[in-house]
Amino acid sequence: MADFLLEIGLEEIPSRMIGAAEAELGKRVSDLLKRERLIGSEARITTFSTPRRLAVLALDVLAKQADTEEQLTGPSWKVAFKNGTPTAAAEAFAKKAGVAVAELKKVETPKGEYLGATVKRAGRTANEILIAELTKEVLAIYWAKNMYWRAGKPERFVRPVRWVVALMDTSVVPLEIAGIAAGNASRGHRVLHGEAPVAITSAGAYKEALRNAYVVADVVERRQIIRKALDAATRTVPGARWREDEALVETVTHLTEWPTVILGDFEPEYLELPDEVLVTVMRDHQKYFAVEDGKGKLAPHFLAVLNTQADQEGAAIIRHGNARVLRARFKDARFFWDVDQKVPLVDRVESLKQVTFQKELGSYYWKTEGNLKVARELATQSEDAGVAFDERALLKAVELAKTDLTTELVKEFTELQGIIGGLYARAQGLGETVAKAIYDQYTPASIEDPIPSTIEGQLLGLADRIQTIVAMFGIGMAPTGSKDPFALRRAANAIVKILAESELPLTLSEIVQAGAASGENRDLISTFLRERLHFYLKEVRGFAYDVVNAVLGTDASFVRDAIARAQALTTARGSEDFLAVSAAFKRIKNILLQAEEKHFTLAPAQRDGLSIEAKKLADNAHSLAPKVRELREQRKYGEALALIATLRPAIDEFFDRVMVLDPDPDVRGAHLLLIDTVLRGFSGIADFSEIVTG
Amino acid sequence: MSAAQAAPRVKPTSLTFQDLLFRLQRFWAERGCVIQQPYDVEVGAGTMCPETFLRVLGPKPYRVGYAQPSRRPADGRYGENPNRLFKHTQFQLILKPPPVNVQELYLESLEAMGIDLKHHDLKFEEDNWEWPAGGAWGVGWQVMLDGLEITQFTYFQQCGGMDLDPICAELTYGMERIAAFLQDVDSIYDIVWARDPETGAAVTYGEVRLAEELQFSVYNFEMANVPRLWEHFNSYEAEAHTLLEKVNAVLSDESASSEAKKRFPLLPTYELALKCSNLFNILDARGAISVTERVGVIGRIRNLAVGVAKAWAAQQETSWRC
Repeated sequence: MADFLLEIGLEEIPSRMIGAAEAELGKRVSDLLKRERLIGSEARITTFSTPRRLAVLALDVLAKQADTEEQLTGPSWKVAFKNGTPTAAAEAFAKKAGVAVAELKKVETPKGEYLGATVKRAGRTANEILIAELTKEVLAIYWAKNMYWRAGKPERFVRPVRWVVALMDTSVVPLEIAGIAAGNASRGHRVLHGEAPVAITSAGAYKEALRNAYVVADVVERRQIIRKALDAATRTVPGARWREDEALVETVTHLTEWPTVILGDFEPEYLELPDEVLVTVMRDHQKYFAVEDGKGKLAPHFLAVLNTQADQEGAAIIRHGNARVLRARFKDARFFWDVDQKVPLVDRVESLKQVTFQKELGSYYWKTEGNLKVARELATQSEDAGVAFDERALLKAVELAKTDLTTELVKEFTELQGIIGGLYARAQGLGETVAKAIYDQYTPASIEDPIPSTIEGQLLGLADRIQTIVAMFGIGMAPTGSKDPFALRRAANAIVKILAESELPLTLSEIVQAGAASGENRDLISTFLRERLHFYLKEVRGFAYDVVNAVLGTDASFVRDAIARAQALTTARGSEDFLAVSAAFKRIKNILLQAEEKHFTLAPAQRDGLSIEAKKLADNAHSLAPKVRELREQRKYGEALALIATLRPAIDEFFDRVMVLDPDPDVRGAHLLLIDTVLRGFSGIADFSEIVTG
Repeated sequence: MSAAQAAPRVKPTSLTFQDLLFRLQRFWAERGCVIQQPYDVEVGAGTMCPETFLRVLGPKPYRVGYAQPSRRPADGRYGENPNRLFKHTQFQLILKPPPVNVQELYLESLEAMGIDLKHHDLKFEEDNWEWPAGGAWGVGWQVMLDGLEITQFTYFQQCGGMDLDPICAELTYGMERIAAFLQDVDSIYDIVWARDPETGAAVTYGEVRLAEELQFSVYNFEMANVPRLWEHFNSYEAEAHTLLEKVNAVLSDESASSEAKKRFPLLPTYELALKCSNLFNILDARGAISVTERVGVIGRIRNLAVGVAKAWAAQQETSWRC
């Protein structure tokens, strides 16, 4: 047994792709070794990566596969031997099995005596297998964007491959990847170590050898180093701490081989700019961490994660250079902020005509007019439903929501659209309600984001999104299985989330109505939103798939109500009675389906002609239905379901003792009508037949 | 007191703007590059010059480097913004095919400009460049030095709408940025362009270029005559199309002589496309291109550029074979 190491040396891999690629390499190598029986199931496989390398270390790999034996069965003994001498059939079989005729055996089978042979298969060596299979595995790694670099384009990979290390303990495994022969020499940090090769004496010595060459190959370790360094650097400013940003930590982890951190300063006057602007500049453009004081207020410092370790002189130079760049960006931001204020948002509406929303639909001016129409509809619906909100502020916010697209600050920092609009609205005295609604217009951008915090913001968000969806469907741009270039699914998810988590009493059908889609698109859009509701209930709220199907089997347009019903159903499933009733409802549905296929008629009952059990079921259902209806109207779903579960004895007895499809068409018709009535009477809350009962 | 205030002072370089260009040119000349002169027709980037756009096509290896003043009318700031210019200077380098140690050579070129990498933080951050009007794109990085982008490093994959084989490496250095960074000046206009060897008197970037920045900003944003710009655009475009029709006829004519194919003026045709591209940029700066028109006009330029590229590739193949 030996330790196997594979390192693929590359030119800098995009930081966003490294994590997944490292994991995939580990899995492919692990699967290969297990598949080829070179490693056990409790095998210890570790992966490493830096921007310039992907590596995997597998411990205790067998040098050779175990030999195997296979039993082959050939022709029947009668055919194989005639008068004790082997026939052509026997010889052919012996040849096929690769053994001498004399080694053939007699095998007893249920069909009689047959010819058998034991074939020994020698195990292949690990080297043989690795050389044959590993290159393929490596080149199959998925990259969001790859390139070719060799003449004739023999392969594509994320970046050119520059060196390969493949070791079985201390011996090189002579494989080749992208024209590079494997060896035992790696490379260290470009600057701190230089170009001299780094000898990897054995697979197990990998991590240490690289560390001595100023490369931290272990990602977990490197991430920790960065966090500790951020802490240490911040400690030089009393009372300060760095603003946590997990995604940024991840990015800088994958941008460095030997990370250190420096703390830099910027002029406190820039703190006059809103936090959102300062942090966006620092984080998105420069990959700096922000520093805040004990109360969470931004401090005039930044933290840069370097891919080097510099002496005092170097640190001063690097700090100075970074501060220079940051200052220039802040200066620009402040300049834009000041210049933008000269033309307030209210004076920018006309110029939205110059900003394209979508080339077939029109400009953002067109979109704003569309949004206003929808917003007015939603406002009417909300008023009718008794919601208290500031309609004037809502419409003002809708009118101005897109004007920040014409500002210099948003042109420079496009990720701040909406945010800047809200900040300018506040600075220009348009009132907190207007400002907040504009500020929140793009949230939730993902399912983890919060919904707008004000009613006006929620209504604006709904109007904006449904207007886009209706317009896009209108020009045939509905999302397909693989394409959704205008992120309509994301928009619809946001609509569902806003309805689910706000106090708004609006339904999905009211939203669709406000969007004023025409003809068949109305149905398509309703279906589209239902799909998104399904997604929300199942993937976001975590309800079981059958509960979701049951709830969506009835009118689920009122999202918060659908959630309440799903919750009640989830609880009710714990009850045996309820499950039994659900099973019965499924049975009823099937019977009714059969009946429909056979064109049986449902007929009102001659009460005397009915059996006791049928009468009992009819009476039970009849007395229960109004009570259930009342509870349903009061949204007391838990109690309603519990009540429905009390039908169990009557239903069970009915199905046990009564032949529903009685040969007498009148009786049959009466039975069918009865069960149909029962089904309809209690399916308002959910389609119980969808519940999986076992 | 923060760490920054306790640190030793930073020493700016004494190399002038032209010193940096001389050093880069010498460095690459010593590594087998033809050092060409800047192209004398308006271009927006070194990539657009025939020395890049056409040389990267086809199988013939080539190494070339040249400084290239690059015009971007929309970026003009009347000489008032310390970081942004109407015309900036690129140092453009094409290595076709790319040597295996191209990254290491690049780092050496930085050292040749006096950058001691031990005292700086260098990172290769993903950035994939593309020029849609030229049917060109590649994969690569922006090279960051202490938080400043100083070079675009690209492995071309396609140009003129065609896959490249072999590919090339393109290094585009931003010379003003590098100079301002090394000389530690806050404004591009304070960069020392040249220094008198006797008196030590410095000639600044502003003295050399401020008037140009101011006057071209006025022209591009305020005074360029829009109808005439369109007239120029349309007439250059028409002439280019006429030539493209002719060249395609010649190249596909089996009876045409090798001489006839070789002498066809594709290079002048390309210049007409470059003129159109620059006119588009001025019209854009002038605010004369509506959002709906934009894609269409870029498409017209693309037809010319890609048309030339395809004809060039065919011309190279058929007429240069000995």
